[in-house]
Amino acid sequence: MAHTLSSPVAAEQHLVGSWQSRLLRSTLNNRSLTIGLLIITSLGIVALLAPWLAPHDPYLQNTANRMVPPIWHETGSWTHPLGTDRLGRDYLSRLIYGTRISLFIGLVVALISGLIGTTLGVLAGYFGGRVDAVVSYLLTTRLAMPVVLVALAMASLMGGSMLTVTLLLGLLLWDRFAVVARSATQQLRDAEYVQAAQALGCPLPYILLREVLPNIAGALIVVATLEVANAILLEATLSFLGMGVQPPSPSWGLMIAEGKAYMFFQPWVITIPGSALFILVLAINLLGDGLRDLSAPGGRNE
Amino acid sequence: MSSAEIPVDPLALELCALSKTFKLGGGMLHKSRTLKAVNDVSLRVPRGQVMGLVGESGCGKSTLAKMLLGLTPPSAGDVLINGKAIVNANQKALARHIQPIFQDPYSSLNPRQRIAQIVGLPLRIHAIGTPKEQAVKVEEMLELVGLPKRAAQQYPGQMSGGQRQRVAIARALIMRPDLVICDEPTSALDVSVQAQILNLLLDLKDEFGLTYLFISHDLAVVEHLADRLAVMYLGQIVEEGTREQIFTAPRHPYTQALLASALTPEPGLGVPDIGLGAGQPDPTQPPSGCAFHPRCPVAQPTCSQQAPTLSAIAQTSAQATRHGNQARVACHFA
Amino acid sequence: MSNLSSAERSTAPASPLLTVKQLRVDLPVAKGTLHAVRGIDFHVERGEMLCLVGESGCGKSMTSLALMGLLPRKAQINADCLNFDGVDLLTVSDRERSNLRGARMAMIFQEPMTALNPAYTLGNQLCEALRRHQSVSRKAAHDRALYLLKRVGISAAEERMRQYPHQLSGGLRQRVMIAMALMCEPDLIIADEPTTALDVTIQAQILHLLRDLQQEFGTAVIFITHDLGVVARIADRVAVMYAGEVIETASAQALFQAPSHPYTQGLLRCIPTPGKTLPGSRLQAIPGVVPNLVEKVDGCAFCNRCDQADELCHTTPPLQTVADGHLSRCHFAHQLSNPAQLNAQEVTL
Repeated sequence: MAHTLSSPVAAEQHLVGSWQSRLLRSTLNNRSLTIGLLIITSLGIVALLAPWLAPHDPYLQNTANRMVPPIWHETGSWTHPLGTDRLGRDYLSRLIYGTRISLFIGLVVALISGLIGTTLGVLAGYFGGRVDAVVSYLLTTRLAMPVVLVALAMASLMGGSMLTVTLLLGLLLWDRFAVVARSATQQLRDAEYVQAAQALGCPLPYILLREVLPNIAGALIVVATLEVANAILLEATLSFLGMGVQPPSPSWGLMIAEGKAYMFFQPWVITIPGSALFILVLAINLLGDGLRDLSAPGGRNE
Repeated sequence: MSSAEIPVDPLALELCALSKTFKLGGGMLHKSRTLKAVNDVSLRVPRGQVMGLVGESGCGKSTLAKMLLGLTPPSAGDVLINGKAIVNANQKALARHIQPIFQDPYSSLNPRQRIAQIVGLPLRIHAIGTPKEQAVKVEEMLELVGLPKRAAQQYPGQMSGGQRQRVAIARALIMRPDLVICDEPTSALDVSVQAQILNLLLDLKDEFGLTYLFISHDLAVVEHLADRLAVMYLGQIVEEGTREQIFTAPRHPYTQALLASALTPEPGLGVPDIGLGAGQPDPTQPPSGCAFHPRCPVAQPTCSQQAPTLSAIAQTSAQATRHGNQARVACHFA
Repeated sequence: MSNLSSAERSTAPASPLLTVKQLRVDLPVAKGTLHAVRGIDFHVERGEMLCLVGESGCGKSMTSLALMGLLPRKAQINADCLNFDGVDLLTVSDRERSNLRGARMAMIFQEPMTALNPAYTLGNQLCEALRRHQSVSRKAAHDRALYLLKRVGISAAEERMRQYPHQLSGGLRQRVMIAMALMCEPDLIIADEPTTALDVTIQAQILHLLRDLQQEFGTAVIFITHDLGVVARIADRVAVMYAGEVIETASAQALFQAPSHPYTQGLLRCIPTPGKTLPGSRLQAIPGVVPNLVEKVDGCAFCNRCDQADELCHTTPPLQTVADGHLSRCHFAHQLSNPAQLNAQEVTL
């Protein structure tokens, strides 16, 4: 039984490493990906180790030490490297704890919206027809809503809090996931390996989860990075407008809002959280760009 | 092996007046058009034979294959496999009897799965054997299609086109189906690799007693492989017969044109002038009467009015009229 | 036949239309440099049909792109000689090259839909192809377009001139592409697998047309294909490519009757040929796969798949003249070209 019927194909030389090692190599070759990954990893570590890294309690008020300028000012001191705010709270500690809020909201929002958007998009793309019509209708409805206005209105109805902001944004930001998942699935629906699985009698969940999803994951991860950045910015916006994370939480948006009265004479109360926000969002976008380059077509038969 | 108790029907596959109609376009403002992709096709494929199916792109070959595989339901008619209708059979039961080998070995394997996973998938889905037995079977199958052992741990992206097609064949055959639909299995491959794959398909057919429905546009390949041959034009079979009947004495003008346009590697013959009109008709608006008449070099006035039926050719030789050797042609003047 | 007539037409020792010597194309890829074309020599006479034949990845398309100056920017191109009728294609300026393209060299692609602009009518594009290079009146351009459309067998040409590419079937589009290539009466047409995407009946029609027009207008054609059947039927001369090299050049007759390279012989045995191969019998396959052109190939590129290779084959074989105009890059070319020897081999195989 186990004899060979046809001449075996000779060994081929072009098998250089597994795809994992190839992935690692192309990751290191991609500068924006490396920089983005580096910044985000360090911010992630900062967020995780906040209680040990922060020199002070971020909530501890010290009215004697209000508006201490940061270290690069002549009057700055090493006890408060980034100074203190109008209530005398240590700015560096607040910034460090703020990383937690930004990253948490960014990731959870991307998770929720990714789940909603991908499910809707994959179903619409795979089944087409009526399912597609319904999803497209939902999508148009969603796109017709201005995100900030709706989020503001809802937050003012329900009362702003970290939980509300996360849920609201999660329920609002699924549009791009749905669009990308839908078109990617449409292309895969007629792929011969999907047909082969159908012809085998594979159950639908298997086809969607094992045959379709892994092959659209690359595109979705790129969207996810963009949505994380988007969510972080929106959280800051809502907090700035007073409808997001509530004081005394050290949200970066809230820090900017609280500092806005002082920005002409003590500009650092705004520039420090502002720069932090800028660096984080930039790093995420670099990561997204790099991932898009990695998942770009052309790697099929190198 | 597996079909010991089942009474063996002499026909592996029978199509009875099979049709598939698609609705195209059609919104609120404009009327939808209908496309008869497959139109009243009847065909009997004897067990253990290779039935070649040829025709131009868009003639309905692939739609026909999809219906046989249960991927799209027919609009009318029946498909019988081993004498049993498949229309209401569940996909899993069907999958045990009929499996596909697709054209493009690049898109027929999931790039994110290892070869062992791809080839073992049928066993996992149908819960055949323990994981250990499955692994053994996968290994046997890979060896049988001529792949090295280490191929099991590779990804499709690390393989050449010919090797991928071997994987696709292994996946199709691991559950020992009776019938394999080969949809242009070598047209994406280089000639030197094509020969390897054709040899493999022939070897496996003998080894497992398979029946092939071999769809191709390459007449040289079909002539090499097929025992019988059906020629399709615009969703209908216009001629059917044994290889000898079709290749030595084609009756339908379209079959004749097809054979004339096959370019064999014989220098000095030049390119034949096959005298077909340029225009392929719009399949949503098939010509009246015989669908081939606008391009037919021998068309007569009746051809545009009356559609010819696919009927048996009166045979003089007694041997040819034996069951199964009947040739059929759809032409008024055949 | 046609070979003779075209030879007669070009009087005296006219230089070839195109001469390629030691053409090399290198492409940077992730793992190093892909040596897509590794030093090939060939020439095209005026008015002849040269077929470049080979399997995927053999460098035939790269060669055509190099001739047209359409290689990707990162590709490196080297040659001892790349001479098109007195113009050095290696040093030609972009401006001169774009004057050359379309006017004196035209290209027909595999997929005409990508070569035709979907936003313009066919008439518009045909006339534009001519008026870009020659100062002719709108009327004259229109008339020539109309004439050529009729000539390539398009009925209701006047009407077709006002249509857009998507309104045509694949076969018709390829006919339009041929008409477009002929607008300026070029000296050389490079056709890259022009019929691969078409059905067999349409393919026969297009090839017939192309052969007719080529002889009528005396245009030289480099026809790139992987299909040996097509080669046999249309070629005057054939260059067989393998792994970035031309391994055999000969007239079509000589190549198919006395192939003198093991690869060519193997290819011819691979294809089932009615009347020669027994239906259902095993075909002679070429074992193994093409060498990886990212790494350096030592010796004969085919030796790992060749059943006649020996020690000598680890050295680079010279291009040997087997017969007049019949070259083979094999150490054993002379033995192989001997028909008696060949028959003996076939018996043993």
